[in-house]
Amino acid sequence: MTPIEGRVWKFGDDIDTDAIVPGKYLIYEASEIAGHIMEGIRPEFAGLVEPGDIIVGGENFGTGSSRDPAVKALQAAGIQAIVAKSFARIFFRNCINAGLAPIECAEAGKIEEGQQVRVDLAGGEVTVIDTGAVLEAVPLPDEIAGILEAGGLVEYLGREQR
Amino acid sequence: MGQTVSQKIIARAGGREEVVPDEVLWVDVDLAMIHDSGGPRRIWPMLTELGVGVFAPDRLVLVADHYVPAQNVGAAQILETTRAFAVEFGIERFHEAQGIAHTLMVEKAYLRPGMLYVGGDSHTCTGGVLGCLALGMGSTDLFGVVATGRTWLRVPHTIRVEIDGEVPAGVTAKDLILTIIGDRGMAGGLYRVLEFGGSAIAAMSVEERSVLTNMCVEIGAKTGIVPSDAVTVAYLEERGVEAEIGPASDADCDYLATWRYDASELEPVVARPHRHDDVVPAGEVDARVTRAYIGACTGAKYTDLAMAAEVLRGRSVAPGVLLQVAPASRAALAEALADGTVATLVEAGAHILSTGCGACPGIGSGVLGPGEVCISTTSRNARGRMGSLDSEVYLASAYSVAAAAITGKITDPRELIGVTA
Repeated sequence: MTPIEGRVWKFGDDIDTDAIVPGKYLIYEASEIAGHIMEGIRPEFAGLVEPGDIIVGGENFGTGSSRDPAVKALQAAGIQAIVAKSFARIFFRNCINAGLAPIECAEAGKIEEGQQVRVDLAGGEVTVIDTGAVLEAVPLPDEIAGILEAGGLVEYLGREQR
Repeated sequence: MGQTVSQKIIARAGGREEVVPDEVLWVDVDLAMIHDSGGPRRIWPMLTELGVGVFAPDRLVLVADHYVPAQNVGAAQILETTRAFAVEFGIERFHEAQGIAHTLMVEKAYLRPGMLYVGGDSHTCTGGVLGCLALGMGSTDLFGVVATGRTWLRVPHTIRVEIDGEVPAGVTAKDLILTIIGDRGMAGGLYRVLEFGGSAIAAMSVEERSVLTNMCVEIGAKTGIVPSDAVTVAYLEERGVEAEIGPASDADCDYLATWRYDASELEPVVARPHRHDDVVPAGEVDARVTRAYIGACTGAKYTDLAMAAEVLRGRSVAPGVLLQVAPASRAALAEALADGTVATLVEAGAHILSTGCGACPGIGSGVLGPGEVCISTTSRNARGRMGSLDSEVYLASAYSVAAAAITGKITDPRELIGVTA
């Protein structure tokens, strides 16, 4: 997979999906929710994020509700990867299924907001471009990487079908 | 090396003799559940894109619980799409406004020991109470299951949660699971299965056990499971299902850890805003409440309504407090009507709401406004979860919610039901 480069927005531990997409917005589609992402924790975020940006989180990122729009609205806002010390398991699956790269990196705490990072999924590392620091990441198992590479589960199953 | 019950279920569903933790494999799903919020409206377009229908309509349960009753036109459209999906694909087990999915899956005995069950909702783990592997996922995952009958899993490690001793009067499974979450933190069981056992679990009803499995997602776990026993079988047989005890963990299986608790040491606790792992004894909290909410798959089964009635009988809700009760299912409501429980709640001043997810996810009736302080039988209290970002939610048992409704502040409920703390 091609490495991903982008500017970092940093969040803490236990960021829950109710904070990413409050329940009242679930009536809408992901593209409509994009303007409200992270409203529960950082209301100004949706107005600042730009296509290609990367989120860096702490432990248990995406905990709580299984809501798919939490991933798809971040994607619709232009987020192209999420690096975190650990992920809540449903959120991790939702990322894979949406084709949004989730990268488990125990050293994610060493990355600062505003820095540029390069995420190499296949190689299992995250490079902080500003400092040159190389952080170890957990490579994705082949079975899962295939879904991400296809662009998500719909595309993956479509490819299998052909 | 022996296998845990979870490994056995995954191995069987994957057509394998055994599996080892952390390996990834594809499995056949025995039963799937989707609901109005994450179900047809999100899955149907994906099925259309792929040009396929529902792989096995008889292995799919569809429930409308999040948007009932419709509060606006958008919600009504979501419900209409849900109904149309049931008709289009011949989903016979479709339940609208009959209860919350997780409550119905247990109550209607759709789940059986040893099943591999996935649901499009994080509280799907509730179903592990009947000895099945119950896994919560998102809409796109459920699209895959609906389209193909299969999904991929990473085999989890298991933590054995051993609860011995007798649960004291006035203390509930809600107090137990909140205590565990408070001790271990909201990521304390990340990616693990929590397998419950011990003498306190053996003596516990399916309804109370289901509170433990329900909140396993709140500790980050993949799911919770109570391996089936005589209580499970009796529960299923009462519902007309021929059942037998299903798979159990081998004596020489490899638990990652064992967490031990003495139930006799438990006391009523609350989780303070805005973290469900910030857990303290109810008697130590000094906070007034404006709202008392008894609802959700976690805390509005018949047994919860009965607990509330025990506290509320002959008393009145304090001025300045609104007590709202949204029964978790039509069956729970019917049972509570038949034995006078509902009358007790209403006479005390409770406002009875519709059966459904209600205010718990901040979608239905009874959401919180700015400045409101709520004590609730639900499972989550993240900022803004039940409505305004400027509201606060304490999580507690039905006893504690009813007690706070009477006194107007967080209260150890044992003071009101004649139990000495």
